[in-house]
Amino acid sequence: EALVINDPDFQHEDLNFLSRSQRYEQAIRKSALMVMKLREYGIADPDEIYMFKSFVHRGRPEPLDLHLGMFLPTLLTQATPEQQNRFFMPAWNLEIIGTYAQTEMGHGTHLRGLETTATYDPATQEFILNSPTVTSIKWWPGGLGKTSNHAVVLAQLYTQGQCKGLHAFIVPIRQLGTHEPLPGITVGDIGPKFGYDEMDNGYLKMDNFRIPRENMLMKYAQVEPDGTYVKPLSDKLTYGTMVFIRSIIVGDSARALSRACTIAIRYSAVRHQSELKTGEPEPQILDYQTQQYKLFPLLATAFAFHFVGTYIKDTYRRISADIIEGDLSELPELHALTAGLKAFSSWIANAGIEECRMACGGHGYSRCSGLPDIYVTFTPSCTYEGENTVMMLQTARFLMKSYMQVGSGQRVTGMVSYLNDLTRQHIQPQHVAARPVTVLVNDPVSLVEAYKARAAWLVEAAAKNLQAELNHRKSKEDAWNVTSVDLVRASDAHCHYVVVKLFTAKLSEISNAAVRAVMTDLCLLYALYGISKNTGDFLQANILTSTQLNQVNQRVKELLATIRPNAVALVDSFDFSDGYLGSVLGRYDGNIYETMFEWAKKSPLNKTEVHESFHKHLKPMQAKL
Amino acid sequence: GVNPDLASERLAASFSVELLTASLDGGAERTRGRRAVVQAVESDPVFSQENQYFQSQNEKYEAAVRRAVYLQKKIREMGWTQNGPEVQDICRCLSGDIALVLHRVFMRSISVLGSDKQIAKWIPLATDYQIIGSYAQTELGHGTYLQGLETTAVFDTATQEFILNTPKISAMKWWPGDMGRSATHTVVFAQLYVHGKCYGVHPFILQIRSLEDHSPRPGVTVGDIGPKMNFQHTDNGFLLLQNVRVPRENMLSKFCEVQPDGTYVRWGSQKINYFTMTSVRISILSEEAIVPLMKACTIAIRYSAVRRQSKLKPGEPEAKILDYQTQQQKLLPQLATAYAFHFINTYLHELFNKGYQDIQAKNFDSLPELHAFSSGFKALITQHCTSGVEICLRACGGHGYSLLSGLPSLYTRIIASCIYEGENTVLLLQTARFLIKCFMAASAGQPVPPSVTYLSSVKSGKCPAKDKSDFLRPEIYLKAYEQMTVRLISSSATKLQHLIQSGVDKHNAWNQCTVQLEKAAKAHCHYITVKNFVEAVENLDNKAGIQKIMKHLCDLFALHGIFSNVGDFLYDGHLTAAHMDLVTASYLDLLAVIRKDAVPLVDAFDFTDKSLSSALGSYDGQVYQRLYEWAQKSPTNQQGNPAYEKYLKPLLQNTLSKL
Repeated sequence: EALVINDPDFQHEDLNFLSRSQRYEQAIRKSALMVMKLREYGIADPDEIYMFKSFVHRGRPEPLDLHLGMFLPTLLTQATPEQQNRFFMPAWNLEIIGTYAQTEMGHGTHLRGLETTATYDPATQEFILNSPTVTSIKWWPGGLGKTSNHAVVLAQLYTQGQCKGLHAFIVPIRQLGTHEPLPGITVGDIGPKFGYDEMDNGYLKMDNFRIPRENMLMKYAQVEPDGTYVKPLSDKLTYGTMVFIRSIIVGDSARALSRACTIAIRYSAVRHQSELKTGEPEPQILDYQTQQYKLFPLLATAFAFHFVGTYIKDTYRRISADIIEGDLSELPELHALTAGLKAFSSWIANAGIEECRMACGGHGYSRCSGLPDIYVTFTPSCTYEGENTVMMLQTARFLMKSYMQVGSGQRVTGMVSYLNDLTRQHIQPQHVAARPVTVLVNDPVSLVEAYKARAAWLVEAAAKNLQAELNHRKSKEDAWNVTSVDLVRASDAHCHYVVVKLFTAKLSEISNAAVRAVMTDLCLLYALYGISKNTGDFLQANILTSTQLNQVNQRVKELLATIRPNAVALVDSFDFSDGYLGSVLGRYDGNIYETMFEWAKKSPLNKTEVHESFHKHLKPMQAKL
Repeated sequence: GVNPDLASERLAASFSVELLTASLDGGAERTRGRRAVVQAVESDPVFSQENQYFQSQNEKYEAAVRRAVYLQKKIREMGWTQNGPEVQDICRCLSGDIALVLHRVFMRSISVLGSDKQIAKWIPLATDYQIIGSYAQTELGHGTYLQGLETTAVFDTATQEFILNTPKISAMKWWPGDMGRSATHTVVFAQLYVHGKCYGVHPFILQIRSLEDHSPRPGVTVGDIGPKMNFQHTDNGFLLLQNVRVPRENMLSKFCEVQPDGTYVRWGSQKINYFTMTSVRISILSEEAIVPLMKACTIAIRYSAVRRQSKLKPGEPEAKILDYQTQQQKLLPQLATAYAFHFINTYLHELFNKGYQDIQAKNFDSLPELHAFSSGFKALITQHCTSGVEICLRACGGHGYSLLSGLPSLYTRIIASCIYEGENTVLLLQTARFLIKCFMAASAGQPVPPSVTYLSSVKSGKCPAKDKSDFLRPEIYLKAYEQMTVRLISSSATKLQHLIQSGVDKHNAWNQCTVQLEKAAKAHCHYITVKNFVEAVENLDNKAGIQKIMKHLCDLFALHGIFSNVGDFLYDGHLTAAHMDLVTASYLDLLAVIRKDAVPLVDAFDFTDKSLSSALGSYDGQVYQRLYEWAQKSPTNQQGNPAYEKYLKPLLQNTLSKL
């Protein structure tokens, strides 16, 4: 971190005052420089590169993201040795800058619907690439608009008159040397977005563009010179990458929310407003219960997601090792779990960042707070790498499958093992969750049980509704669709349970007593706040009584007061530098008002004392009227 | 031509879109008038918003000033009135993207707070734009809590002047619109000091820039506060004052005055002033909250009828995403909310018009109730509309994230409404204070204002619903809302009393109950909204299927509220777990019913393509073509790529040699 922060080459003007083109240019400048420095310092470990990159770009996207994060890894995993010889070193040395062109204007998460075609021509041993419709134009890939000269393009493969599904092709798109688009290629930037100003998300249209047969990535599937298609052995392996990227998003959710909490909590400790008691000085707004109620549950959530992110990453590492040994048995559950947690955590972090911003009142709305930027940068993660609702439904599919397995007498393992208990109950006529759960509001372990009971209840309810619809309707697809609201609720409850469980499990690993005490408070707050926000489920499922809910609400408020003295210390422990936070309100030293004034003076509108609009418009109006 | 996917939706409408539009406008005559104004504005190239997504802050500001100046000319040319419906129509079609909005606030505050003499002096100057005004209230250190303002105005008997100062950095005026670059004058709020005694916050007219060359007056430091999430076209400003003197006559003195010898005199009732401030909160709701939600619904629902993704059934073409239950559950409740708020907004306007007449007749009885209404509904409506717009944005997937969808700009603008004109949490607590008072009065058998009579007439009991169709009966769900609201208010009141009796001091006790109180206030406003929707539907003309579809929306709005807050409704046993299953079933059925009319229901809002400024939401549904065309106009595609020449080229060609 110090390497980057102390390097004058990485300094620049406040991004808030730059136009989009300028921000892109700054990002490119820093990326180019970064590549040089990485080589200079001899940094090659992927984790270290990721760290270095995140300090250089302060957690912001940059145009080479897809080159480093998708193009190079795709070559490594899907290219044949011959292809690696041709492409990998030039790409490593950045003679080739690549991107990964998957989504199209008409299709995103639903990959099978992609329309780009690659038709094999045995006469010339080439693939002919086409974007046959407007909707098939590649749309969104980062770095495609202005930066890349190559792309991995996903297209429907046609050979010998048959469609063989989606395959990946290496497509040169710009002339080396001049950077002009190649004939048959139309490429450009998709225009301004909510955030991601420094990223040239692009479009790509191909008209009868030919590439040699050898440019299809052929480590698994192959097309032989005569056009014969050779099938890949297994397609489960592609799960691995998705699991990995989605697990990163859980970590991103934790980080983005931690940043927002740091800013909002530090600001709330510095901002004084109104009076709690007549005659006394204005209190810190962090002393208001409503403010604590907004921020502390989010702080607890940030810690929870942090632990969950680490858990998934570790589990992925462990399972990856099994995969190399040829054991794929745990992959489906991990896949289902990460899909759901990706959606669960990114939705909550997304809303949480906004809450933090609103908790900062008017100043939170200024770009100097840094919060607008965190929000617009983070919010697309609800959509990319799998749209959240679709992700929740994938998890639901796994839950339904597990439920059916249990129903047919098999046992299930892992995070869904609570379903095993369910069917034992199931034989009895009474409502499942009517079984008594003794819930102790001060015991995290007991709260885990409550969440487990809620998940079980909602999974079962969804499964029963699905079955009822199946009995009524023609097709299972219709039944699935009219049950999907229930299914999403079930997945949500399942994920919530997993988060509470992992947070609770983490507590026993903390050796320092003081740290464990404050983490236990946060864990309790997380669990109890979640109950108070979903009282309906707990009441309806008979897990808690109204009296217990009163205790829950009361305990939540007590915990707010308990956490209050440690609030600033807790966000300090995230250890974000001021440069990385990029926020006037969230500064470590709390000197917000002076800094805000200095910042504002640099605004582009203040470049001249009298703005040119006065001479052009206002003065003539005053003269005329 | 129109995308066949949208055309088919329109053919299936169960009601007349044109009649519904007229009903929303308040008559076919108003619809015609509105369309004529929109036509006149949109056909004028000066008002074109074509480049809005590609402009820098400076360009946006300049364009907004240009539009504001030109608009004055246009209003004169067309013979429109400054306070007539036309101005509202113009705002609606320009989406408020115009400068000098605070000039009107400047004028209104002088009219309301100024003496006749002051009005005679300043209003003509402002009307002719010889001066341009702003309104400087909030400071760096204080917003909603006005008593905390730190700017001072000290009366100097010797020169008969007030000396204005911002004594420390947190006292600097911060945020006032039009002040950063445009305004020549402003109304400054400052703590008045006479002979060392503080008399509280008062308004003063202050000239901040020269009328000759627009440079800041001596002692005045003024500028723009820098980029924000939106409102880039507005020059929100800062203002530092160092011993700036204004004559005694510049203190707005309708209600109080400092006499030449320094005697402070107060007269008349400030209640009317109070009323005006309160009514501002209501006046912004339509343009700043409800219309943006309607626009977001229009964009998201039309797009969802055009976007096809994945298959519902094997062998069939890909399904419209609007046919997925999860998509319906995101969007249709927002649509119902937009209609619910349209009706409550109409109701609130009538209430405030009546309140205004009462106050003119020196009857101030309804004031506390009106104040509670304006605070609570401002908070409830801006909050729901904001989250509704965000839901629409996220329901459009990746393309929603493009500025060209129009949704990010709607969102970043509407979220400001949760803060300005009073931060929502603070406002809800004001409503809660009123409710607690009324609850105490009702418990003691005293009369209460009309909107809260339900507090005294409650008998608890079980909900009689037996079947899911029972939950389509307004009396059933209204009773459930009433029960729930009363319970939340009474339990907060009990808790509060309990704390006070156990020796906690009043302020602390209040702070310890605020989370519950805020919830109670929200529940109250929500209940009133449902009740008003029910009444509005009953009063609708049952022609051309309008009443029927509105009844569906009303039911959906009510059931969505229960579905989303199950715990609150289950709590005291009025509704049971079995009832909740019926509510859910009824609610999900309604989604499928309203789905059929979703596109016609947004068509009825009658937004032109230009006012939507969305590649995803235009009437013809040619989403992808438009997205592609608009993207090509982006400056990133129109200009060369300096980054390539400067950085990429050396990188691509020389990396190896540098290593």
